[in-house]
Amino acid sequence: MQPFLKVEKLVKGYERKNVAGTREKLFALDGVSFAVAQGTTLAVVGESGSGKTTLGFCISCLEIPTSGNIWFEGRDIVALAEAERRQVRPRIQLIFQDPSNSLNPRWSVQEILLEPLTLQGNLEREETQQRAATLMAQVGLSSDMFQRLPAQLSGGQRQRLAIARALALEPKLLILDEVLSALDCSVQAQIANLLMELQRTLGMTYLFITHDLAMAAHLADEMVVMNRGRVVEQGPAQKVLRHPTEEITKQLLAAVPSLDSAALPPLES
Amino acid sequence: MVLILEVQDLHVSYSSSGGASYPALAGVSFQLMPNEILGVLGESGSGKSTLATSLLKLLPSNGNISKGSVFFEGKDLLRASAGELEQIRGKRLSLVYQEPSVALHPAIRAGEQVFQVLAAHESAGKSSLRKKTRQVLASLFPEEADRISNSYPHQLSGGQRQRVLIAQAIACGPSLLIADEPTASLDPTTQREILGVFHTLRDELGLAMIFITHNPALLAGFADRILVLYGGRVAELGPARTVLSSPKHPYTRALFQSMPQIFEDNSNGRKTKLPVIAGDFSAALVPREGCVFEPRCPERMEECRQREPTLVNLSESDTVSCFKYGG
Amino acid sequence: MPFFFRRLSHAFFLLVGVSVLAFLFTTLAPGNYFDEMRLNPQIAPETVAALRAQYQLDRPLPVRYASWLNSLLHGQMGFSFAYNSPVAPLLFLRARNTLLLTITATLIAWGIALPLGVWSAERFGRLPDRLLSWATAALLVIPDLALALGLLVFAVRTDRFPSGGMTSLDFESLPAVGKLRDLALHMTLPVAALVLSALPLLIRHVRAAVAEVLNAPFMLAARGHGIPRRTLLYRYALRAAANPLISLFGFSIGALLSGSLLVEVVMSWPGLGPLLLESILSRDLYVVIGGVLFSTLFLVSGNFVADILLYWADPRIRTESGAR
Repeated sequence: MQPFLKVEKLVKGYERKNVAGTREKLFALDGVSFAVAQGTTLAVVGESGSGKTTLGFCISCLEIPTSGNIWFEGRDIVALAEAERRQVRPRIQLIFQDPSNSLNPRWSVQEILLEPLTLQGNLEREETQQRAATLMAQVGLSSDMFQRLPAQLSGGQRQRLAIARALALEPKLLILDEVLSALDCSVQAQIANLLMELQRTLGMTYLFITHDLAMAAHLADEMVVMNRGRVVEQGPAQKVLRHPTEEITKQLLAAVPSLDSAALPPLES
Repeated sequence: MVLILEVQDLHVSYSSSGGASYPALAGVSFQLMPNEILGVLGESGSGKSTLATSLLKLLPSNGNISKGSVFFEGKDLLRASAGELEQIRGKRLSLVYQEPSVALHPAIRAGEQVFQVLAAHESAGKSSLRKKTRQVLASLFPEEADRISNSYPHQLSGGQRQRVLIAQAIACGPSLLIADEPTASLDPTTQREILGVFHTLRDELGLAMIFITHNPALLAGFADRILVLYGGRVAELGPARTVLSSPKHPYTRALFQSMPQIFEDNSNGRKTKLPVIAGDFSAALVPREGCVFEPRCPERMEECRQREPTLVNLSESDTVSCFKYGG
Repeated sequence: MPFFFRRLSHAFFLLVGVSVLAFLFTTLAPGNYFDEMRLNPQIAPETVAALRAQYQLDRPLPVRYASWLNSLLHGQMGFSFAYNSPVAPLLFLRARNTLLLTITATLIAWGIALPLGVWSAERFGRLPDRLLSWATAALLVIPDLALALGLLVFAVRTDRFPSGGMTSLDFESLPAVGKLRDLALHMTLPVAALVLSALPLLIRHVRAAVAEVLNAPFMLAARGHGIPRRTLLYRYALRAAANPLISLFGFSIGALLSGSLLVEVVMSWPGLGPLLLESILSRDLYVVIGGVLFSTLFLVSGNFVADILLYWADPRIRTESGAR
């Protein structure tokens, strides 16, 4: 059986003028391959510049890869025509790190939620209102926040709203690009629990892109470590963390601050 | 031992355009010894950024310090004149901002921005100031000081920008450095590097530091003492080792419990939920008679709703404000 | 480098386009210079026809344009029917006078708007700022024509300033200092009219741009480093606010140029304004085209200067090609 999501030798290149003025080709993704089973969470970890955000953009159809295949529900979305790809898009949603940039600051919560529903166009007005209320409840926001503006919500509430908006189109795959990194620790825990709950009740599959290894360890079933556009290590999350084989993975692990490191020697600059 | 900093009963509030007043700090007191790193642990709504800006009296126009004093090297900063403050800021007491991407002027070269700080405080000639600028940058950028000096902020990476901010802060040799979430937007490896820079600064320059963050893990192995801030009040204050390994205040305990551990025992295959603190900090903004954490406290008692707890000395160095320990 | 060449070529094509359009519109407008003559029964139609042929007015449009272009390449700009002399020297003289007014007005207007705008931005929302806002709003509402006429009335009533023209009758006989003084006196009112009409817009924009910058995090950070107030305002705030202000500068040149047309006519200042007006009304074809081209040239140069300033002031534009 085909896995739910399978990425094969994905390549994404950019051209840029470098310091010397000549054009050079840079590869944000340089042959990435992995598979994700339905209903599970795959963590994509790496430093900034490792290509994890580009990966998210390619899979969510926001960018077209240079070469490679992305098999989603049995179809290669890279090879699809735009009209067909438009049909696939609602099924894969991307949520960003900073909700203050991805939510229109002049729209109320209600307008933000209604936008994807009305664009879909196949629900009556009554039904869209009801659906919006259901979504709010699903993410733990109360309906009396409908008229508030994003600026009047806390960071955690904004992220919940972003998740609700993504859920409006009933996606099967959610790509979470550093969605917890900008939040306070206690709020991170709340949103992480929400994500777990949604996975359980709605059967969501997650691609969890992050550089926070502890949260990745907590949420993920499988893990993929990226460096410079390539996958350097992959496997079950706990296995990768407990028995890392690559240098970069070990470095990432060493950089994780933990409450137990009170005994560690001081860091050198 | 002469204290570097003594904050006494600081009360700060913000007034909104409607005339209402929102308390941000409600009676914060602590002391700081020379060469000591105090970690201030606080999440959104705790008042941590207000603490940083009010120590230097840099509040926005709608902020007012209604009560309290801040004694720095023996002088009450809250009652100092604007001229005196200008002298102290950047020279004796420096602030390293969060968000290095916006804390630097976009159209002035990095080296020049460090130079300006020196020029504002030292009366030496231009060429000796330039030399000093080079020295400061070299101490933070051992290999590429010149290139960094000539670059504009948008040409530098996040970690490099942060180091430029640090260079600005230490250029005049201050005795106290306040860092407000200096590693917030950096990835873990760069975060670790910057923490290392701060450590070195403390050792080599004998700086005292107040390191404000919402991530307790960053303070492990770094801070000497930790002050936990909640709802504009001191929840707990004590040696870092004690606070991290056996926190006293219910908030601190709940906070640590809600953090995921990297090596989890998932042997039964099921993922477990993290124990969270219910609700969010907005409950702390509503003025109440009882403890500010009470609505969310997993260990609340009847007393907690009626009065505010006072700080209790558990030992010479530990204080906590919770009825479970008296007060 | 490619930046400049691109801008220069844009400017060049703009001028070409404007010349074509000016030619087109003037000739397509009904009538020509000799219509007046034709109506006059005392002048024989043959004379009119001969004059028309002499000035090539009976040739088709593209031919005329081509021969005009040709003469342009030789440094000539055509011939004025009304003045009966080549256009170029006429235009240069008038253009110099207009430039004198416009440049002085630009310098004075910005010289007042910058400090006032910064002062106002520092006191944003407080009483002094509000008072200034009302004053500029009131000034904005007064039409330029009313301003110019009002100043003229003031001149006549007080008899302190000359009520028109560029120089007094005895200009030539004055010593050098006297000449300067005379010129300055004559310039005062037209420049005042131009400055007053431009000030409200400039002050408001400077105020808005600086106020926005004053709240930026890097300003707060600089204050935190103890950078003194003066440096903060002029070195830091203005540098950061430069972007929109430089674009405004380019725009203000255009605005002052069109304003100067009106002011020159009202105050009888011998610049491009009155010349253009006369020549349009009398269909003095080549003067019109020449005048329009000159105005466009000033406008384009002003914007080009603004572009260069922008390039210099904003490092992000300079390093756009990713020099890292």
